[in-house]
Amino acid sequence: MLFRQAGIFHTNYAADRALFPIAADRWMIGILLAFGFAAPLLVNSLYLSSYLLPWLIWTAGALGLNLILGWAGQFHLGYAAVMGIGAYATVHATRAGIPWEIAIVLGGSTAAIIGIGFAFAALRVKGLYLALSTLALQFVMDWVISHVPAISGGTQATLQAPDIRLLGQPITSDAGLYYVALVWCILVTSFMLNLRRTALGRALIAVREKDFAAAVIGVNSFYFKLVAFSTSSFIGGVTGAILIGTFYHAVTPEQFSVDVSIQALAMVIVGGLGSIIGSYFGAAFILLMPGAMNSLISWAAIRFGFSLSIETLAHLPQALYGALIIGFLLIEPLGLGKIYNNVRDYLLVWPFGYVKK
Amino acid sequence: MDWSLLAESAVNGGLVGLMYSLVAMGIVLIYKSSSVPNLAQGSMTMLSAYVVLAFANNAKVPLWLAILLAIVTMFGAGMAIERVALRRLAGRPIIMILMMTLGLEILLRAGSMTIWGGTARPMPLGISDDPLFLSPLLINRTYAVGAAVAVVMFGLLMLFFRTRLGVVLRAISDDYTAAWSIGISVERGVALSWAMSAVVATIAGILWASVQGVDQSLAQLLLKGVTVAVLGGMDSIGGALLAGVLLGLVEGVAGSFLDPLLGGASRDLVDAAMLILTIMLRPHGLYGRHDIERI
Repeated sequence: MLFRQAGIFHTNYAADRALFPIAADRWMIGILLAFGFAAPLLVNSLYLSSYLLPWLIWTAGALGLNLILGWAGQFHLGYAAVMGIGAYATVHATRAGIPWEIAIVLGGSTAAIIGIGFAFAALRVKGLYLALSTLALQFVMDWVISHVPAISGGTQATLQAPDIRLLGQPITSDAGLYYVALVWCILVTSFMLNLRRTALGRALIAVREKDFAAAVIGVNSFYFKLVAFSTSSFIGGVTGAILIGTFYHAVTPEQFSVDVSIQALAMVIVGGLGSIIGSYFGAAFILLMPGAMNSLISWAAIRFGFSLSIETLAHLPQALYGALIIGFLLIEPLGLGKIYNNVRDYLLVWPFGYVKK
Repeated sequence: MDWSLLAESAVNGGLVGLMYSLVAMGIVLIYKSSSVPNLAQGSMTMLSAYVVLAFANNAKVPLWLAILLAIVTMFGAGMAIERVALRRLAGRPIIMILMMTLGLEILLRAGSMTIWGGTARPMPLGISDDPLFLSPLLINRTYAVGAAVAVVMFGLLMLFFRTRLGVVLRAISDDYTAAWSIGISVERGVALSWAMSAVVATIAGILWASVQGVDQSLAQLLLKGVTVAVLGGMDSIGGALLAGVLLGLVEGVAGSFLDPLLGGASRDLVDAAMLILTIMLRPHGLYGRHDIERI
């Protein structure tokens, strides 16, 4: 229907290694990109700054987590802490007068350096123990951020983030902030897309499948684990900084608590491990779900004439969120990305399904 | 230095630690039989406290009966969780299983908040608030009772593992493929271990609720439980008991020294540090089995 393929026949290696070998995919990406850049003209500014902007930033974050989780196969339950490190480092750097462009790189590098601390846990243990030690490191980071006044400005404190300035130009309009998020998301996405066809990406996948086996075939799994952790932490740190700069405008320790780590993890799981399009779906799903649930519940309350107490209303979306994670794991463990791929595979040669063999 | 203060925080810490090991025992029971690290143990503890209160306050039954009913209910709930959520994930990568237990944690915690609301309520066990005087030391009565119950539970579990059913569970935890091939129903054994873990969670929930009231904070016992379980070795119940005492001691003593220095809340930091140190230095814990991995 969309694809009209009768099979894929490459005649040279360049075509085989192309990012999007199918013309219909290129068209779709082009249309989406065009829409992405034209969005400030098409979408009203409320939707732009409260839905599209956080979606793009969280997608970049989810992609960074997917690098470590889906590609390198290492647990990271402390991703929010890494984002927080990047955010705090950037805010402090800009407050000290360093230009924002340099400050986010500094923030990302700080996150990467501290993120390697998480990697040292990964060098020693894996699986469950790695998950637990990253969780513990998340608690330690939370504690340090909120209890060291030099970082957070004291317990319960909010640190105002200075306005973003790019090349000396202050960016304050909704459209400008949106473009910052969009460009970062595109950068991370193209990095992840290309990772698949580099030696680094293949080494990470080898480490994921079995690190001992990877070592046997000559892949230095320690080194690649370190690279995976620091790269993912860099992406996380910059994402955290951009999240603060364009969306929250102020930074508090609670924005990067353990719940946020679990939320990021849920984005990756719901979207699909190792799936790039899945990270987009997962981030959208997890971000939109609470709002959608709230309106669904209030609609149902009016429609069926029952009333719920405030406490019930406050906790019901959270419970449904847990139920959704469970439901996804039971029904489609590879997430929304896999569902998309199933549909795509079906449509690829539609209506000649027998060609698929 | 004040030695009696030190001794007091050590003794109370040890007793609290034994109460932590009640939470940890539940985690160990499940991990032993099915290698599932149950991150929902904290919220199972919390759920059980709410169930007790629901029986006692809404159905107006006496407290002892409410506790019995809650134990029966949680036994069923544990089995149901295993049947619905975990059984289908058997053999999947551990990340799926961890995420499942995290999802269960969110569902159970937010679900009980949805049903019963978040305001803290007391759990009237009838243990007096007066401290127990042991010459110079003041000992919290609830902690003492909790610690005694933890030791009794440990004894009961040890006895249970000598019964026929207990031997079946031990066989499953040793090697489930081998257990399967000699005709043991592994599914039923794993379900039983979940049910038992839920019962242990109920007892932990009741005791902890009488210490800190029934509210969301009960679910945060997870961190302590996990730390104790890892420190003791994920598959050793005796290890969990000992590690509980150890963590409680360290936490109590370090807490009383560090709190004035760091401005409070140093206990969580001590926990996290203990967890990281254990994993870095001795991942299989004090008494855990050191597994050898095949390539």
